[in-house]
Amino acid sequence: MSGPSDYQPSNPALQWIERRLPIFGLIHSSFVAYPTPRNLNYWWTFGAILSFMLGLQILTGVILAMHYTPNADLAFKSVELIVRDVNYGWLLRNMHAVGASMFFVAVYVHMFRGLYYGSFKEPREVLWILGVIIYLLMMATGFMGYVLPWGQMSFWGATVITNLFSAIPYVGESIVTLLWGGYSVGNPTLNRFFSLHYLLPFVIAGVVVLHVWALHVAGQNNPDGVEPKSEKDTVPFTPHATIKDMFGVACFMLLYAWFIFYMPNYLGDADNYIPANPGVTPPHIVPEWYYLPFYAILRSIPNKLAGVIAMFGAIIILCFLPWLDSARTRSSKYRPLAKQFFWIFVVVCILLGYLGAQPPEGIYVVAGRVLTVCYFAYFLIVLPLLARIEKPRPVPNSISDAVLVKTGSRSTPMVSTAIVLALAGSLFASSIDSAKASEGSDTPPANKWSFSGPFGKFDRGALQRGLKVYKEVCASCHGLSYIAFRNLAEPGGPGYSVAQAAAFASEYKVKEGPNDAGDMFERAGRPADYFPSPFPNEQAARAANGGAAPPDLSLITKARSYKRGFPWFIFDFFTQYQEQGPDYVAAVLQGFEDKVPEGVTIPEGSYYNKYFPGHAIKMPKPLSDGQVTYDDGSPTTVAQYSKDVTTFLMWTAEPHMEARKRLGFQVFVFLIIFAGLMYFTKKKVWAASH
Amino acid sequence: MNPDASTIAAGAPIEVDLSPIAVGQDIKVFWRGKPIYISHRTKKQIDEARAVNVASLPDPQSDEARVKSGHEQWLVVIGICTHLGCIPIAHEGSYDGFFCPCHGSQYDSSGRIRQGPAPANLPVPPYQFVSDTKIQIG
Repeated sequence: MSGPSDYQPSNPALQWIERRLPIFGLIHSSFVAYPTPRNLNYWWTFGAILSFMLGLQILTGVILAMHYTPNADLAFKSVELIVRDVNYGWLLRNMHAVGASMFFVAVYVHMFRGLYYGSFKEPREVLWILGVIIYLLMMATGFMGYVLPWGQMSFWGATVITNLFSAIPYVGESIVTLLWGGYSVGNPTLNRFFSLHYLLPFVIAGVVVLHVWALHVAGQNNPDGVEPKSEKDTVPFTPHATIKDMFGVACFMLLYAWFIFYMPNYLGDADNYIPANPGVTPPHIVPEWYYLPFYAILRSIPNKLAGVIAMFGAIIILCFLPWLDSARTRSSKYRPLAKQFFWIFVVVCILLGYLGAQPPEGIYVVAGRVLTVCYFAYFLIVLPLLARIEKPRPVPNSISDAVLVKTGSRSTPMVSTAIVLALAGSLFASSIDSAKASEGSDTPPANKWSFSGPFGKFDRGALQRGLKVYKEVCASCHGLSYIAFRNLAEPGGPGYSVAQAAAFASEYKVKEGPNDAGDMFERAGRPADYFPSPFPNEQAARAANGGAAPPDLSLITKARSYKRGFPWFIFDFFTQYQEQGPDYVAAVLQGFEDKVPEGVTIPEGSYYNKYFPGHAIKMPKPLSDGQVTYDDGSPTTVAQYSKDVTTFLMWTAEPHMEARKRLGFQVFVFLIIFAGLMYFTKKKVWAASH
Repeated sequence: MNPDASTIAAGAPIEVDLSPIAVGQDIKVFWRGKPIYISHRTKKQIDEARAVNVASLPDPQSDEARVKSGHEQWLVVIGICTHLGCIPIAHEGSYDGFFCPCHGSQYDSSGRIRQGPAPANLPVPPYQFVSDTKIQIG
């Protein structure tokens, strides 16, 4: 895209096309011959990673849309059916949901890189502003995508975010009605969000084309921030940048695959496995992690309108960055003070993100206010001031000089290290404080599960025993509506044969009809039928159980969790601990105690449970020793029952878990080999240039 | 992109029978997709709501202006927090009224904002008494 190309294809057919549409010349000049600075580091591969992620999101999204139903009554179920019944549907959904997070990881790295190396400075202002527009579009797309599964967090996130617009004076309320297409978030809202969620990625792709165009006019910035002056300063894009980008993408995919195959729910919220309910607000509404810093800014300002303005201002301010930071030296490599403040700013953003996920009370509110001031001070005070008072170190004459010199002295930025340590320390201290405060509610004990870890498999015996416990005890009140009898015979399940599953099904009576006479009739269950629910509807379930409807158990182990808190959620990433749900379910089943501790009052019709939030549960103690007989000689104790039925419910929540972990291992072997090959090819290609 | 005809038609007024609601109890009905709390207030709740110095409130409004005269025991409010739209929980908080679990706003027994980030009182929907034990919302 940098001027007319003199490229001529050798193949006569391509020549024929080239004379009429010079597309090969365009590709050649933009992605083959294009001169790229030879001193680029790996932070520059994130452009390619982002293009790759955008392509992957569009591809997986288009396929998911073929199976998704945008209707408030059906959306939640259709997403579950994608995961359970569509071929590799679980993979598509995980790739798309985790892909959104990975897209934001990459875009944040890309933005911080631009900030550090001054990539927004003259002549790249338009390039930078186009980037901010892409980021805003990504946020809108990500938000609308999160609404589509129509879980509790989807619904209430949509309510809170659309209500932000009601803060606008005079026209706010009508804007919100326009967004909703009704009087509250509902089916019309879901439909328009689906439409826009499908449209916006293509708008992003369009702006990305402009972004790349602007990049290829101004040329890439580089770590030294000096423009290429001669041939010696650059290398051709292909093969140098292409192979390096491919290595970068391969490494990024390792991280991506870690989430897809081993901890797909780590970045999500358990509440989103509960279908949307307009009558119940979850106790703690949190947006997806990539909005958290801005959510923290919103909440730290006590006035509604001012909070909304500050939140949007925090993003819009980025557009003015080229004029706020008027220092002539681009790269922070040569700006000793700017470098320190850059890292402080990174820490401020991360801490704001942490605060965005905390309840808005006590120390968190104060900290949020201090950090919000820091955030804006960086742009409005620090950067303009530094441009005037800072004495930058001399920049090299040219890129080739910089490559040859390769500064050997890597001085540790003492100040910022000290600040980072101090902030991390205070964070740790405050989390210990809050842990002490919440000691009243007991944390479920961690169990050893056969299905945990990267090679975890379900214990077939436990699944079969768990099914028996469910059928004989739980099924009298709780449904299992996403599980069909045929699932019992599927690989990775309890290991029954097709005939056994059919026999199991035939013990149930299923209502069908109407027949030719117009009457409903009963017939024996077939493998394709789903487990019948004990109550005809939620109101009946509520009425029969003292006002509390027993939840459907299909997804219960994914829909329940407990707060892990700092620093555990960081360790969990490495240990792949994903079993909060099963631990909680098993703990509640065993947490009934006859003796109510002092200071706890249990209302009439409720029972004391040690692990249930609030301790007053409507479900009476469901299991007692010897209640269900086991044929395989396993102990018939409450502990064993709980463990077995929880294992069974983990399988019902994710029937393809074994396939996920198995495929994950294969993908990892492939990616590691692929990344290794790319690395050595890259070394060979660049050998002459370093 | 404004609401279509069927959505508007479904938002027509509804009638609610108040006779089953005992003193101190409240029910939640849905109108136009919004939860509407109908509280049968106790004498204590009414007195508390009226004893407040109106000028000291964040959104000054007297309790008399928020209920229908002659039916002071009935409080009818849209149960949507005026901060960011969550549903407050009835009979919670320090003011014998509503407590919003999302960002901690507290409303009193007249549905007026007393504490927290919400800028305004819980709105009173348009309604009138058809008879002593029946109201029409809308």
